[in-house]
Amino acid sequence: MSRELTYAEAIREAIDLAMARDERVFLFGEDVGVYGGAFGVTDGLYQKYGPERVRDTPISEAIIAGVATGAALTGMRPIAEIQFMDFITLSMEQLVLQAAKLRFMLGGKVEVPFVLRTPAGAGTGAAAQHSESLENWFVHVPGLKVVMPSTPADAKGLLLAAIEDPNPVIFVEHKLLYRTKGSVPEGYYTTPLSQSEVKRSGRDLTIVATSLMVVRALEAATKLAEEGIEVEVVDPRTLKPLDADPIVRSVSKTGRVLIVHEAVKTGGFGGELAAVIAESEAFDYLDAPIRRLAGLDIPVPYNRELERRMVPQVEDIVTAARRLVREAR
Amino acid sequence: MNDSLAGLSPARLHELLHQMLLIRAFEESAEQLYLQGLIHGTMHLSIGQEGSAVGACAALRPTDYILSTHRGHGHCIAKGARADQMMAEFFGKETGYCRGRGGSMHIADVTTGNLGANGIVAGGVPMAAGVGLSIQMQRQDRVVLVFFGDGATNEGAFHESLNLAAIWNLPVIYFCENNQYAMSMAIARASKVEKLSDRAAAYGIPGVTVDGNDLLAVYAATQAAVTRARGGEGPTLIEARTYRWKGHSKSDKQRYRTKEEVKEWQERDPIARLVQRMMAAGILTEDAFTQLQAQVETEIAAAIEFARNSPDPDPATILEGVYA
Ligand SMILES: Cc1ncc(C[n+]2csc(CCOP(=O)(O)OP(=O)(O)O)c2C)c(N)n1
Ligand SMILES: [Mg+2]
Repeated sequence: MSRELTYAEAIREAIDLAMARDERVFLFGEDVGVYGGAFGVTDGLYQKYGPERVRDTPISEAIIAGVATGAALTGMRPIAEIQFMDFITLSMEQLVLQAAKLRFMLGGKVEVPFVLRTPAGAGTGAAAQHSESLENWFVHVPGLKVVMPSTPADAKGLLLAAIEDPNPVIFVEHKLLYRTKGSVPEGYYTTPLSQSEVKRSGRDLTIVATSLMVVRALEAATKLAEEGIEVEVVDPRTLKPLDADPIVRSVSKTGRVLIVHEAVKTGGFGGELAAVIAESEAFDYLDAPIRRLAGLDIPVPYNRELERRMVPQVEDIVTAARRLVREAR
Repeated sequence: MNDSLAGLSPARLHELLHQMLLIRAFEESAEQLYLQGLIHGTMHLSIGQEGSAVGACAALRPTDYILSTHRGHGHCIAKGARADQMMAEFFGKETGYCRGRGGSMHIADVTTGNLGANGIVAGGVPMAAGVGLSIQMQRQDRVVLVFFGDGATNEGAFHESLNLAAIWNLPVIYFCENNQYAMSMAIARASKVEKLSDRAAAYGIPGVTVDGNDLLAVYAATQAAVTRARGGEGPTLIEARTYRWKGHSKSDKQRYRTKEEVKEWQERDPIARLVQRMMAAGILTEDAFTQLQAQVETEIAAAIEFARNSPDPDPATILEGVYA
C-alpha cells in the first residue's frame, strides 16, 4: 500500500521507522527538537522519542560531524543534521579527514555508520550563504557516499538504506523538494544505494539529472514530447559510488546526452559524469557532443530574477535539449 | 546630571534616540512589506535589541570598523547607513547597498566602516582578528567591533579568534548580543557558563556583562573597551543581555518560549527606557519626542518610495562581481 506524502514527510517517516526499529539510531543537530528542524522535517520526533534520542546541539557544526563520527565508530547509528548545506563547510575536517578515511586507514578494522542529512539548493531568496549545492566536494573524497534523492519514495527508501549502510553517507535533500508530493509505500523498505534509475524512457536524447533537476527534466520531457522529442531521464540517485551502467546504456541507445545539475558548472558533478560517459562504450554511439547545463559560476544572488537565472529552469532544459537533438558530431 | 547620562550631550542623546526609533520603524515596515510579498527571502528582526546596537556603535568613530550578523539591520543604521539604500537592498534593487545581490543578511556599507552583515553564525568573528591585525600593522588609530549572538560563542572559530586577538593584543571589541536564544536553543541549554563574559577569562582578557536594554550602560562598557583597544591593551569581550521580541526568522512558530516571557521583556523596552531617562533629566519633552517619531516615519516612507522606484539589476550583469 502506498499513499501520497511530501518529500519532507517521507524523510520524517524514514527516521521514525529507523528509530523505532533500532535503538542505536539517534538524531541530532541544530533545532531538530522542539523546533522540528529549520524546514520542519523532524517535526514531532522529539515528542515521540524524547531528549535522549532527539538532541538539539549548540551551533557547532564541527562537533556535529565529530560526534557523528565518534559515536558511529563505537556502536551507535547517528543521524546528524546540518541545518543548511552551506554550514557543512564548518564540518569538513571531521568528515573529510576523519570519517571518510578511518576504515581504510585502520586497515578495515572499523566502520563509521552514520548519515549526515542536509538541505541544499537555491530558490528561497536566502542568497549566497544559504543556497549552496556542494555535493561534488564529497564525491571527490574517497570513503564518503553521497546520496541525492529526487522523489519522496526515493527519499524514504534511500534514507533507510543509508542508515543501514556501514559507511558515512552524506544525504543531500533539496529545500524546494520538501513540499513536493509523491506516492510513498507504507512501512519499512530500503531502496538500494548505488542504483541509478530511468525515470522516463525515450529514444531521442538522454538527460542525466540530479535532485530538483530530475523534477525539472521530467517537466521538460513532457513539453518536448509534444514536439515529438522523446527524452529519457536518468537519475543517478547515489552520486558516489555511481551506478554508471544505466547511464551508459541509455546514452548508447539515444546517442545524445544532456547533463543537468544545479551546482555551479565548473568542478561540478556533471564533469565527472561527462568523463564517465566519454570513457565508456557509449562514446562510440554519440551522435553529438556531451552537453552540460548547470548553475552559473557565481555565488547565488539575492534578487529574485538573478537567482532564477543562476539555476537551470524547465525552459532552459527544453531549449538545451531541443538544440542538442539537432546537433551533429 | 551628565554623569547619569554617561557623559553624553543632550544633542548626542537625541541622535541616538533617533537611531533607535529609526531601526525599530525600519524593521517594522520591512516586516509588513515582507508579509505583503514585496520582499522575498527571509529576515531576522532585532526589534527589542536597539539598545545594544546603538549603544555599542555610539562609542565608535566613523573611521572605526564593525562586523555584523544576520540580525544586523540595527548595527547598520547605528553605524550610519542610509535607510533608503537598505530598503532598496531588501527589494533586491540595483540601488541597494549590495546592488540587490546580497539582501537582508549581507548588507554592508563600507563607506561607514560597516564591513558587512553575515549569513554565517560567527562568520564575522574570525575576520575581526584579521581586521584588528591590519589596523595594528598599519599603525592606524582605529578599532574593530564585531557583533555576534549568544549562539555564535559555541562555534570553534569564536575560541580561535579571541585567543589570537588576546595573544597579539589586537584592537578588537568582541560584542556579544545575548538575546537568550539561538533560534530555539536557550542559552542556558547551550552553555554551562552562566555569564558568557566569564569566557573571557579563558583568553586572559577582560569580560563584562551589561544590561543590553540600557543604552547608557552599553555605551559606557563599550567606551571602556574601545579606550583599551585604542591604547594598545588588546581585546575585550562584552556581553549585552537583551531579547528579540520577534521570532528568529520569518518561519518560527516560537514553541520554545512563552508569551509571558516575551511580554516581560517587552516591558524592558530599550527605547522607552531611554525616553524615560531623557525626560527625567529634562532633555526631552513630549513634543520633541512626537516630532522625532514623525520625522522617522517620513524617513521610512521616503526609503520605501526610493526602493519601489529603483531599477532592478540588469540581468546582463549577472556574472559581474567574481574574478574567477
Ligand atoms: C554556521 C551557521 N550555523 C547555523 C546557522 C543557522 N542559524 C542562523 S541564525 C541562528 C541562530 C543564531 O543565534 P545567535 O548567535 O544567538 O544570534 P541571534 O539569532 O539570536 O541573533 C542559526 C542556528 C547559520 N546561519 N550559520
Ligand atoms: Mg541569540
